[in-house]
Amino acid sequence: MTPLTQINAEITTHPAGDLLTSEEVSLARRELRRKKLIALALVIPLLIFLFFTFVAPIGTMLYRSVYNPTVAELIPQTLSSLESWDGQGMPDKAVMSQMAADMKRLANLRKSGKLAESINRYLPGTSSVIKSTARKLRRKDDQKIISQGAEFLLAANDKWSQPEIWQALIKAGKVYTDGYFLTALDLERNDAGDIQQRTSTQIYIKLYAKTLRMALIITFMCLLLGYPLAYYLANAPSKTANMLMILVLLPFWTSLLVRTTAWIAMLQTNGVINSLLTSLHVISSPLEMLYTEFSTIIAMTHILLPFMILPLYSVMKGIDPSLMRAAMSMGAKPPSAFISVYFPNTLPGLSAGALLVFIISVGYYITPALVGGTDGQMISNIIAFHMQQSNNWGLAAALGSLLLVLILTLYWVYDRFVGASNIKLG
Amino acid sequence: MNIKKITTSLAISALMASTANAGELTVVSFGGAYGAAQKQHMLDPYTAKTGNKLLFEDYSGGIAEIKAQVEAGNIQWDVVDIEVIDLERACSEGLLELVPTSILSKGSDGSSAMDDFIPSALKNECGVGNIVWTIVYAYSEKTIGSTKPRSIGDFFNTSKIPGKRAMRKRPQVNLEWALIADGVPRDQVYKVLATEAGQARAFARLGTIKNDIVWFDSWSQVPQLLNDGGAVMGQSANGRIFNAIKKDGKPFKMVWDAHVYDLDVWAVVKGTKNKKLAFDFVNFATGTKPLSGMPDVAYGPTRKSSMALVDPAVIPDLPTSHLDQGVKADGIFWADYGESLGEKFNEWLLE
Amino acid sequence: MKQEFPGYYTFWHKLGAYSLKFSAWLVLFFLIMPILVILPLSFNVEPYFTFTPGMVRLDPDAYSLRWYEAIVENDNWMLAIKNSFIVGIFATILATFFGTLAAVGLSSQYMPYKRLIMALLLSPMIVPLIIVAAGMFFFYTKFNLAGTYTGLIIAHAALGIPFVIITVTATLSGFDRSLYFAGLSMGSSPLKTFRDVVVPLIRPGVISGAMFAFVTSFDEVVLVLFLAGPGQRTIPRQMFSGLREQINPTILAVASLLILISILFLLTLEYLRRRSERLRGLEHIN
Repeated sequence: MTPLTQINAEITTHPAGDLLTSEEVSLARRELRRKKLIALALVIPLLIFLFFTFVAPIGTMLYRSVYNPTVAELIPQTLSSLESWDGQGMPDKAVMSQMAADMKRLANLRKSGKLAESINRYLPGTSSVIKSTARKLRRKDDQKIISQGAEFLLAANDKWSQPEIWQALIKAGKVYTDGYFLTALDLERNDAGDIQQRTSTQIYIKLYAKTLRMALIITFMCLLLGYPLAYYLANAPSKTANMLMILVLLPFWTSLLVRTTAWIAMLQTNGVINSLLTSLHVISSPLEMLYTEFSTIIAMTHILLPFMILPLYSVMKGIDPSLMRAAMSMGAKPPSAFISVYFPNTLPGLSAGALLVFIISVGYYITPALVGGTDGQMISNIIAFHMQQSNNWGLAAALGSLLLVLILTLYWVYDRFVGASNIKLG
Repeated sequence: MNIKKITTSLAISALMASTANAGELTVVSFGGAYGAAQKQHMLDPYTAKTGNKLLFEDYSGGIAEIKAQVEAGNIQWDVVDIEVIDLERACSEGLLELVPTSILSKGSDGSSAMDDFIPSALKNECGVGNIVWTIVYAYSEKTIGSTKPRSIGDFFNTSKIPGKRAMRKRPQVNLEWALIADGVPRDQVYKVLATEAGQARAFARLGTIKNDIVWFDSWSQVPQLLNDGGAVMGQSANGRIFNAIKKDGKPFKMVWDAHVYDLDVWAVVKGTKNKKLAFDFVNFATGTKPLSGMPDVAYGPTRKSSMALVDPAVIPDLPTSHLDQGVKADGIFWADYGESLGEKFNEWLLE
Repeated sequence: MKQEFPGYYTFWHKLGAYSLKFSAWLVLFFLIMPILVILPLSFNVEPYFTFTPGMVRLDPDAYSLRWYEAIVENDNWMLAIKNSFIVGIFATILATFFGTLAAVGLSSQYMPYKRLIMALLLSPMIVPLIIVAAGMFFFYTKFNLAGTYTGLIIAHAALGIPFVIITVTATLSGFDRSLYFAGLSMGSSPLKTFRDVVVPLIRPGVISGAMFAFVTSFDEVVLVLFLAGPGQRTIPRQMFSGLREQINPTILAVASLLILISILFLLTLEYLRRRSERLRGLEHIN
């Protein structure tokens, strides 16, 4: 114990200050606070840096999942005039004409597409209704739109006579919405405003389940392959172990893209494995391995295996070999000695490795994107899809927020049982 | 080792690199043989003539990336080669600058731009026609077996011709083909596809071969798939197959039945900081001489004056020589239905 | 290989030992083979990802350097290589600077909320990149940082920081505090003691942390996909689009070069590790 901790301990054990004068106590306290501040001052620059580069961006994403100003900004007048509508049948003619006027304005500003896209998320199939109607309204006279806008709408598409499209407008017009989260959970609000299962296709819950299942399989595969190797390395002479460890660390240090490329070369229709099997006459026509769930799992197992081996190895290295010998000398058969003595001792490394592999694979993007085809897609890929392809950023943010909650829960478990700073890097 | 010196010089070079980019133009197109032809006939001559540096990027079509840039206000691309099937939608959603025809130069024969270009090349105010191209399907003589496909019906008939079919992962063209294979006359396709029943019919037909489809994102993947046996037949831009046959000597054959022909245009992304330079490039790239290089990959030039410079031997391979068998891609239809059908398509994929 | 067994080993013991050895080697083979496959394929004269009959026969005509030449001739690849180094080096400098400072603070026994702060600082390693990328896309665009070197550099620095913290705190955890106080008691100033006693001890940790940070940036593609403009594309970004759009052996040539770089890094790191253990007097323990 350093002198200072001693003082500190004494302060706490002797609150009345039996041994020290109050002056000494306050001096020690001040000294303690100073040291705390120094330590904190060293960490604060990084905290600020990470706040701006990392934490705030994620916060923005979380905010995006509930913030939805587009429609409210595009058709404010229609939305306010819709407030008086009772939700049954068609709204008033005046409301419909207002909508027609708004659509004409948007069509000429080239923003009707944006409106169509936003409404379409609440009522699939509406995009073409809005776009084609807006196209027809574009050249209509403003005066006529005010007087016969409703007729124009009905003439353009009979969907305007149904309440659904107007309800969709109201839903989409809310600036703060739980709609994206509901969609991300395959839920929706019915006309009465109650939450229910989504009646159209349900994909996201299934995708989460699939992601978790794949991550579990990958974790299990890593365990299955990693455990014997780690055991072998831990019990090999240290020269051999050091040499072989390089074979584990080399893939670990090799670019992810390189390893994924390698798996493409191995698994493709005319790839290394298929050519080998064909030339050995094991198969007559090439196997379809690339762009499947199988290829995703095998490539990811390869990529994440070192994360399993390293903690297992370091735990096994610390187990005294005489432990097993002692158990066996006391009459235990090797399998039962292994199960009752050795295996429990490896559990810390095993759980550390398994949790880490599981956490990383749940959020994985690159490998499924490159080798997964349609079957091997995971939740990250659908988030990327909504970010880049469908441009549904709110839904991407909601899906991302759910994934983040899942990951942080797992991370919390990891920190509780393993300690975040104990991640093995080789 | 003087770390400080190294860091400073690196900092300076990084700074220089980032400022140098300001005067550059980013041009985006489809890569592969087509991109190579554009580089040779449009980009390289432009850089040689003006000294402006061009960054040439590949993408695989669609409007999503442009949309993301414009909506986020993070414009990275300046000039984009875009299919007319997507152009109408991009233009109506305000993702592209209007390109005035006044920027276009006269043809080499002295005719005005308005007379020189084929009418459809200047039909949309957001872009200037660059090529006439088409989507066909092709097979390799090596892997096809004894029954050779001849029609779109064959493409959808897995009992007649078993094996994988490569298709681009988007509803466009696939749904048209599905309807034609299902017996819809070519001139009725878009009318039928505008109805719910027609869409259901198209997806149902596509569903009959769903398990035999290899989806691809980029046109460049098709020659590779046909070559290595990943697919027995593949949907492709005609130029890619033409190039694989002519340049790489691959035993590929094209099937022209119900090919869906279209134009590609040069368009300028809305809000680019380099608008003037972008227009300058578009004008240069759609000049008589640069356009006359496009038939290298069997794409037709959009200027009449360019045709005079084209090797007559290549003319039978141009899409324009097969229009009687084809369907004109309907940009307006896809502008209105692209999103709804895209969504249905993605859900159908996941089913 | 001949293996010595203790005399009391039965047939089943031996079988167990052999099958363990066999499965361990099988897993090692699984780990290393994909990497080994790439190297010869990058010399393929044909534009495909497959071994040609000529390659199997070791016919010299089936091999060529054309894909390596293709890297040099292609402007996009050269730009990507340059960008990868620019971004990697600056991100490493930032991550190492902030990370080392924080690691020293975190190693202090007086650090308040140590566990919470540690978990927060290490979270960039855990949070899925797609979430980080989506968030940064929105946030950095607002500050005009998307599509700039600065944006990419600070994003990559954030990802590299956990590695620096882990490696530096690891070297500090073995650090015998009495050395520091010995220095102090011998009349040396705290700053000088820090420089003369602590810095040499943590140097291996700082260097290996910096190497991890560099490799993290050098290998990162998701953030680049979302944040970088065409002018900032990096090697992994170029490989990613190559693998998606047109599979071409140039990628294999680049991959082979990257494998060489990783071997170099690995050896350096191994050297540093041994040196650090020697310095900390841990050698005899292992």
